[in-house]
Amino acid sequence: MKRQGIAEALRDGIAEEMKRDQAVFCIGEDIAVPGGWGGAFTVTLGLEKTFPGRMIDTPIAELGFFGIATGAALMGMRPIADVQYGDFLFLASDQIINNAAKMRYMSGGTCKVPMVMRAPIGATGRGSQHAQSMERYFTGVPGLKVVAVSTAYDAKGILKAAVRDDNPVLIFEHKLLYGSKGARAEPGAVDATSEIPDGDYTVPLDKAVLRREGTGVTILGWLLMAHFAQQAAEELAGAGISAEVIDVRSLSPIDYQTIGDSVKKTGRVVIVEEGPKTGGVSAEISAGIMERFGEHLQAPVVRVASADVPVPFSPILENTYRPDASRIVQAVRQLVQS
Amino acid sequence: MNVQTSIKGAGPLHHDRQLLLDFYRRLVLIRQFEERVKFLFLEGTMPGTIHQCQGQEATAVGVCAALNNDDFITSTFRGHGHALAKGLSVQEMLDELFGAKTGCCKGKGGSMHMGNMEKGMIPAIAIVAGGVPLAAGMALAFKMKGTKQVAACFFGDGAVAEGAFHEGVNMAAIWNLPVVFVCENNLYGASTRVDRVMKNTKISDRAASYGFRGETVDGNDVLAVYEAAKRAVKECRSGAGPVLLELLTYRRTGHSRRDPCHYQAKDERESWFSRDPIDRFAAVLTEGKICDSTQLDAIKAEVDAEISSAIGQAQKAPQPTLDDLLTDVYA
Repeated sequence: MKRQGIAEALRDGIAEEMKRDQAVFCIGEDIAVPGGWGGAFTVTLGLEKTFPGRMIDTPIAELGFFGIATGAALMGMRPIADVQYGDFLFLASDQIINNAAKMRYMSGGTCKVPMVMRAPIGATGRGSQHAQSMERYFTGVPGLKVVAVSTAYDAKGILKAAVRDDNPVLIFEHKLLYGSKGARAEPGAVDATSEIPDGDYTVPLDKAVLRREGTGVTILGWLLMAHFAQQAAEELAGAGISAEVIDVRSLSPIDYQTIGDSVKKTGRVVIVEEGPKTGGVSAEISAGIMERFGEHLQAPVVRVASADVPVPFSPILENTYRPDASRIVQAVRQLVQS
Repeated sequence: MNVQTSIKGAGPLHHDRQLLLDFYRRLVLIRQFEERVKFLFLEGTMPGTIHQCQGQEATAVGVCAALNNDDFITSTFRGHGHALAKGLSVQEMLDELFGAKTGCCKGKGGSMHMGNMEKGMIPAIAIVAGGVPLAAGMALAFKMKGTKQVAACFFGDGAVAEGAFHEGVNMAAIWNLPVVFVCENNLYGASTRVDRVMKNTKISDRAASYGFRGETVDGNDVLAVYEAAKRAVKECRSGAGPVLLELLTYRRTGHSRRDPCHYQAKDERESWFSRDPIDRFAAVLTEGKICDSTQLDAIKAEVDAEISSAIGQAQKAPQPTLDDLLTDVYA
């Protein structure tokens, strides 16, 4: 066992998979420049020394290298494509959505695209174009699997499961969760370190995880919001409100088994999402809960999400934009009293 | 944009007779296939839409003849000719066009996504230039695995304006990937003539700006295409790729179904029709005493019979069941 943050855990996971399978390679911008950064958030730092020839630095060309990764995957390789900021996925989206996600179906099941994509997201003092929550744009794409990792343990296990999966898997990471100390520490960073086992392990791509048991209300969140939900639950416990917290984790497909078990127990749901409320993933989850477990609800589903505005720069505005523990607490109190 | 009509290079007599007759058969197969498909669409018995390649047969035949079975191609929405040239059967393609379960993509691909992985063709990409980065990625896989395979990427003149073209070609260049970029310049992107959307209409010139070799070839001369493709494939296999081939050609039919081509000038059409790739190659074969017109007619009759039989079978082929809707989404 050792304690690691998300960046280190991902790096070890990538290295272990590359060692296990020669078909695995990394492709992206600034991921393997000697003396460079190891990607925008140091995840691949130093891997070029261990795997020369399988760490491929690209020009600044997201559409191009996501297409290249897709083509290589079609021919039996297992690329891990790294986008520096999730916002740049818009550039790559034609290749991801029209090609990577659809090839299996269009071919009548005769080809496969075993490809991993990693994208850091979240509002972190960088203004509107290095900050968006991109999950919403990819969760409704048939053929694509979408996951969001909020702890180091999950990050490594999900990365490994994604590499071994025969489908395109898009992993969202949060910039405030890579590390709360040292070079990567950013204002507002949250401790997402975990005890990482020494041996090989994977985490399933289609399962939510119960982070805290409770009886009075279910709080659903992912990435940074999963942490804020747990902070809120702690505070609510002090006030005598028992909140269950589920890290949704698997955004496509959504694990309605785990969510449903909790909804049936508590009868009340708050979904927390970083990103504008309109058109968010929380809207899909909310509708999914109503359709499946509506008769178990004692009150309508409540959503805590960002305002319907671009991500603002000014810290005071950004902190208002992004839901936090106190807004979650407030929403839960109102719901429980209703 | 004028194209010489003479046969360049060593001439037909340096080729094996059987190869030449096979070229002729493939050219005719593509033409007849497209003509019969057009009829089936217009009479309303075939579903969907079509983008056809009558007049461009020599590009597909010449390039694919230079490839091995385990080499791969990427194609476009105008891909029936590429598929036939790469070895897909008339039957699996007609079944696909009729949406049948027995089609090359089980009826889930259709006209714009023909492919067969076992025959070296991924499903065709109907987003303009979308196949360019894909082909580069396929070539990257070949290079990383150390196979000697080559990817050939078909696209039209319209694709050159897309960002995907620039990005894919640039990465293929910096990594010396074994990919032949095959631009079928038929002078029109949908209804827009190339000179309205390009300052430099010589597309092969673009290769130099990325640091590799480009060549413009008479795309209505199947032997010229074949020779150029062989050179390009050889370079790619030896690690000296990529190569850009610009094949000048002309589409005899509309961009898609029911397009009357009013944007093509009458004299331009007539000039290109007089350089039809099949008529020209037939003349090469007969004038070169490779065979006589009776033998060519016999090939045509064989091809016609094959297609007729396949149409009959495709019209009776099993359609997908409703259960098939939900399969093949994930591996």
